[in-house]
Amino acid sequence: MSGESLRRATATELRAAFQSGAATSRAVTDELFAAIEREDGVLGAWLHLRHEEARAEADRADARYATARAAGPAALSALPPLLGVPVALKDLVNLTGTPTTAGSRILEGYISPYDATIAARLREAGAVILGKTNMDEFAMGSSTEFSAYKKTVNPWATDRVPGGSSGGSSAAVAAFHAPLSIGTDTGGSIRQPASLTGIVGMKPTYGRVSRYGIVAFASSLDQVGPFARTAQDAALLLHTIAGADAHDATSSRSPLDAVLLNLPSGDAAASAIRGKRFALPKEYFVAGMEAGVERAVRDAVAALEVAGGIVEEVSLPTTEHALATYYIVAPAEASANLARYDGVRYGASKHGGGDLLNGYLETRGRGFGPEVRRRIMLGTYALSAGYYDAYYVKAQKVRTLIARDFDRIWAAGFDAIVAPTSPQVAWKFGAKMSDPVSMYLADACTLPANMAGLPGVSIPCGLSENLPVGLQLIGKPWSEAELLSISAGYEALTATAAWRAVAPHDLAKLGGGAA
Amino acid sequence: MSELTRAEVERVAALARLGLTSDELGKLQGDLNLILEQWAHLADVDTSSVPPSAQTIVQAMPLRDDIAEPSLPVDDALKNAPARSGDFVRVQAILSEEADG
Repeated sequence: MSGESLRRATATELRAAFQSGAATSRAVTDELFAAIEREDGVLGAWLHLRHEEARAEADRADARYATARAAGPAALSALPPLLGVPVALKDLVNLTGTPTTAGSRILEGYISPYDATIAARLREAGAVILGKTNMDEFAMGSSTEFSAYKKTVNPWATDRVPGGSSGGSSAAVAAFHAPLSIGTDTGGSIRQPASLTGIVGMKPTYGRVSRYGIVAFASSLDQVGPFARTAQDAALLLHTIAGADAHDATSSRSPLDAVLLNLPSGDAAASAIRGKRFALPKEYFVAGMEAGVERAVRDAVAALEVAGGIVEEVSLPTTEHALATYYIVAPAEASANLARYDGVRYGASKHGGGDLLNGYLETRGRGFGPEVRRRIMLGTYALSAGYYDAYYVKAQKVRTLIARDFDRIWAAGFDAIVAPTSPQVAWKFGAKMSDPVSMYLADACTLPANMAGLPGVSIPCGLSENLPVGLQLIGKPWSEAELLSISAGYEALTATAAWRAVAPHDLAKLGGGAA
Repeated sequence: MSELTRAEVERVAALARLGLTSDELGKLQGDLNLILEQWAHLADVDTSSVPPSAQTIVQAMPLRDDIAEPSLPVDDALKNAPARSGDFVRVQAILSEEADG
């Protein structure tokens, strides 16, 4: 394997090539860095690259493959599945010795003194960590336009957003700058950008993946998850990062299904759809949904039916309250979590002149961008004396009702909910920047799963106006393996669909080197 | 819910320790009122017999033995501090000299 085929290979293909000796991790790593060098001036997905460290990690992986090849097939298959496979991290994952900005000026100059648990697990698995990707400041946003550092474009149309908040991670995978990346999803920040850039993105069950060392946004909602170009690749990355962690008391001991390492494929995957029961919630086909998006999603649902899936329309009546509930709970928790950025212990600091209070006011007033300020204000207000019961407690009660809606679906015997991920395809830069409510509505279909803690995955299901559309599958707690198996089944069903042959723009033709 | 006044926006900004300009406060007042309008319908949801949920995936809290484990070395923990004094982060005085005496 060489050149373009290395660059476009999935993690699963790379693993096989490394095992057989058909390719080396070093060659893939060099190829990806060369692509990034040529194209990131246009794409804008990356905030920090680890040229030397990543190449050293690749060389170490290659040495382990060589040793194992000499020892025989058993030694080769015992190697961790992501050994030598390149991965990108959203820039809110602490990785020792690298800058971690969370897309904010208030963390400019901060160098991580420790590894997040998922970073340590990726290192232990021998993955090659290429660098850190752009994001909306503190993961607050749906377009990555709220990054304090740079603009990330959608590889499918460079005048359009890549989604957000994990837009750098989704753009990097969609543009073949990395086969895998890490995102976080508090209200849709993995699934929505996956949908807008035509890749697979999963938010696992709340508690499936440790958040230790991840910059916190809303702690009762935040989850870490994978981006990839196939369900199998997403499953491998999830399997590597998931599991109980003594540093995160919310991380679960619920066992991981070994099927993640080897999802069904081809005919076996497609036939696994037969007999599955899918709930189609009518409230997810919201007002303002684009006709092309609805068509692609309904076509995908029809394909599941043709394959023997049983689809029934259901009602999740509290869906209409999820947006307001989310935009009380998430800012309230954010206002508490972001109190730590005071300019005293780390990050940008405006202390020195005047008194201590003035140092706080200046550090925070200048360090946070407009959307983060808005959310801190909203959250502080919702938690303040006199409003706490009317807003925060009320929202916590409605959250109970949202969770009960989903419980009724599982009690009725459904295997998964099928729905759109985003009511629209990628929009043009600036289209929602002047109206915060229109930006919030972009997450209407994703944030109910966060409120209920449920796993959800977005998979490509077609095109509208030549832009990708995502199908969302939401499952019961701890059903990631089931959701990804169904995703692999849908991939097999649509393997020869015409829309799958359409690729993102060739960024190389657009010119522009790395920033 | 009634509209947020300028004075309330200033009070919330002070609580949040955000030093904002007059223009920024004015813009936020408009934005917040727009967003609060979207929250209003929650008041109509009947939650009279519904308990609040802080989290919806409830698991047993894990316990471990109460034994000290190695943690981040002090030098690493202080590496990002804007000002340092020995093993401490240096901050501005919060008491005047008179109060100290």
